[in-house]
Amino acid sequence: MSATALKTQPNIDRPDDFYQMLVDAHRDLSPEQSRLVNSKLILLLANHVGDISVLSEALEAARKGVAPNAATTAH
Amino acid sequence: MNASAEADIKSRSYEYKPCPEQGGAQADHPVIVIGAGPVGLATSIDLAQSGVKVVVLDDDNTLSNGSRAICFSKRTLEIFDRLGCGQPMVDKGVIWKTGKVFFQDNPVYEFDLLPDTAYRRPAFVNLQQYYCEVYLLDRAKDLPNLEIRWKNRLVGLEEVKDSVVLTVETPDGEYKTRAKWIVACDGGRSTTRQLMGLESKGNIFKDRFLIADIKMPAEFPPERWFWFDPPFHPGQSVLLHKQPDDVWRIDFQLGWDADPVAEREPEKVIPRVKALLGQDAEFTLEWVSVYTFVCMRMDKFRHGRVIFAGDAAHGVSPFGARGANSGVQDAENIAWKLRYVLDGKAPDSLLDTYDDERVYAADENILNSTRSTDFITPKNQASMDFRNATLELARDFPFAQRHVNSGRLSVPAVLATSALNTADIDAFGGILAPGAVAADAPVEEGGRDGWLLDMLGDSFSLVIFADEKSDVRVPKSEELAEFAQTVGPLSVLVVAPKGGLKQDVPKGYRVVTDIDGHAAKRYDGKAGTTYLMRPDQHVCARFRKFDAKAVRAALLRATCNA
Repeated sequence: MSATALKTQPNIDRPDDFYQMLVDAHRDLSPEQSRLVNSKLILLLANHVGDISVLSEALEAARKGVAPNAATTAH
Repeated sequence: MNASAEADIKSRSYEYKPCPEQGGAQADHPVIVIGAGPVGLATSIDLAQSGVKVVVLDDDNTLSNGSRAICFSKRTLEIFDRLGCGQPMVDKGVIWKTGKVFFQDNPVYEFDLLPDTAYRRPAFVNLQQYYCEVYLLDRAKDLPNLEIRWKNRLVGLEEVKDSVVLTVETPDGEYKTRAKWIVACDGGRSTTRQLMGLESKGNIFKDRFLIADIKMPAEFPPERWFWFDPPFHPGQSVLLHKQPDDVWRIDFQLGWDADPVAEREPEKVIPRVKALLGQDAEFTLEWVSVYTFVCMRMDKFRHGRVIFAGDAAHGVSPFGARGANSGVQDAENIAWKLRYVLDGKAPDSLLDTYDDERVYAADENILNSTRSTDFITPKNQASMDFRNATLELARDFPFAQRHVNSGRLSVPAVLATSALNTADIDAFGGILAPGAVAADAPVEEGGRDGWLLDMLGDSFSLVIFADEKSDVRVPKSEELAEFAQTVGPLSVLVVAPKGGLKQDVPKGYRVVTDIDGHAAKRYDGKAGTTYLMRPDQHVCARFRKFDAKAVRAALLRATCNA
């Protein structure tokens, strides 16, 4: 069995509370400010995780099913 | 230095003289080096001072136009020390090791590239390329077997049997000459490469940068300052560096749409500089250039009897000071290998290891340079977002400072995968694994202060750590003589602990005292620890105690004689 390091089973005690916190963090922000908050959040959490194999798995899972648009990659 | 001495150096030109081949003499030189820039001169001096006759061809007869390369790293200075011209570079250069990074209005963080000060050479000196060339040329003058032919332009090149026939154009017309080996150090637009129909390939970065070298008396500290998106140059980055003679290097990112010709004009440059320094700043423009860059390399650096080094072989962005510094490291890598092949002490397959090792180093430089460029010039919205998020976080959180990439400054590659290394069989701590550049350390020899790297020979060297109580095994004279017959001379340096050496060693072995224990610490040196160093001061094997058979095998391996 290939050891998967990324936790994909429920792991947050109060999932609805967390989800609301996530959405609330963007309240009243412009799309540009939201992007900044999201980017900072990813960097903070990535450092907290630390393990590069977990991060690599998470990146792969996040990108799964998101196909690049041919027009934007051909340059 | 006063202004006229400065002007004298910058305007120096070197005299063209007809050579014997132009009078019909036949020649078969051991080595011809193409290009008298820092890399060509370092290669030539290295070869000539160790006994190989060298001819250098240069299509011009003047020094580098403008400052160009300015940051010379600790390792490059150590190489210049070995070549006999490190001191004038450090005396003239601006010594620095710290830097600051700013984002918009605010300082983000500060770094120190060499917190440990017990080294002979600093992390960097800033020095205009023309000074570097002058000091190399001054050194070259001392070497009777090094001949520089100015205004000698390579126009043809053909490998014939066991040598290369060159056609060279001079003010007096063309002549032909011949050499066993060619080292092409003729820069990013290498004529040699073009004549051979070879390419250097890689990624073009769609961005333009303005270099403004300005002269002004100013009190900024000798540090590297880098701004992301500063108020005086919004949306772009700016880099500031101090050079000798009150010259300051300012590098402005302009973006891909900037007009490279118009941006060079004083009426465009001066307002940019004043935006940084203040409207009443007084300065003069020394040198202005608009550039783009490509991270690229040739597939192979050795092509038969022609070997490529420096920018001719590989190119990087300037952020990280990896151009001239990696070129000088190419030079020291190829010089000893050519010497061993010419002396019949190694087969010519040793030259293929130049290719392996320096391609590996070039890839490391290109990787670092590309990553810096991606941070400085984000390619899309997402990478711009992460860049700005990183810079904001870096003010408060140490982890984010490690992501800030305004250039990863040049350190020599550890040639860990080289076929010339003998893998450790004993346990070692520290950073000096086979393939690493030897670490310097302050030592004392016969009551005089000195530096460990200065004590290594110009061939292979053994560095053996002695003990304060019991004797450690050092090679017997007859063992050394046997090594010498196989792969040439091997020098021995015994490093004694504080208090001096307690055992007898054969005559001719250098003995130094590790005054403050820096050598033992950096080498993880315990009683009997033995390092084998290559002529270019790279570790190629290490053992917990000297063993003649193991050292012999490592020597054979390090010279492709195994």
